[in-house]
Amino acid sequence: MLTKIYENLIVKTICRIMIPFIQIYALYVIAHGHYSPGGGFQGGVILAAALALIFLAYGQEPVVRRLTPNLALSLCGIGVFIYAGTGLLCLLSGGNFLDYARLAPILGVAIPRARSLGIFGVEIGVGLAVMTAMYSIIIDVAGNSASPDRHAASSSPENLNNNAEPAA
Amino acid sequence: MLTLSHLISAGDFAINDICAIVLIIGGLFFFFTSTIGLLRFPDLYSRMHATGKGDTLAVLLIVSGAICHHGVNLNSAKLLLIAIFIFIANPTGTHAIARAAYRCGIKPWLKNADLKAEERIDQ
Repeated sequence: MLTKIYENLIVKTICRIMIPFIQIYALYVIAHGHYSPGGGFQGGVILAAALALIFLAYGQEPVVRRLTPNLALSLCGIGVFIYAGTGLLCLLSGGNFLDYARLAPILGVAIPRARSLGIFGVEIGVGLAVMTAMYSIIIDVAGNSASPDRHAASSSPENLNNNAEPAA
Repeated sequence: MLTLSHLISAGDFAINDICAIVLIIGGLFFFFTSTIGLLRFPDLYSRMHATGKGDTLAVLLIVSGAICHHGVNLNSAKLLLIAIFIFIANPTGTHAIARAAYRCGIKPWLKNADLKAEERIDQ
């Protein structure tokens, strides 16, 4: 949890309102990647930004409780596996790496639809990997364990008095 | 002599284009003034006062101009969402930065910085 001095009702409330919309927008960016600007990387970064916003507004504990760093690293590997697995599936069915047209018999759809679905699968994998990698970096760089001394110093009582309300 | 009514009747500009031009020029004016404030004001709080308010209004005006240009369709609905979220997020960010600066002990700029607070009140 954040110490009392860093808590801010306005920022917490606005984050609570905004974060679902940020995440839906990230899913829109991922899903629309193949015919509008965006894609897996951009959507994954927006998802990680939503997690960073929770981290900034509410502190480390609520974020880590929802997505532990170990689970994040596992999901990062799963994302890379989805990406590479889609490519290898094309390779195994006789095409080049990421040659989505070869997925048409497997998925049971026409070739243009198979291309669209193949790109979609790759983007889901990239989005998952990017989100969790960014999240791991944020936790490693800005987590509480990174600088315990500084947090303890800035919330000490002397510092509180210095920053009290100025004389009117 | 070219007047507004000539422009409308000539068909060169539709009325929504004229609204878009007026709104976007207004937005550019507020961007200009807030940038001057950012460059010329003395300390963090007054600079944030200029940019936090000016940029929010300027972005709203420019997005409104783009909505007027597009008319009523899906693109203008997306632009309306951009306007709503900037209207919520920009003041919140300004508030958070100013509060963090205040909590870090950055002193506001004062005209006679060498005087004590009590002496300044006496003047």
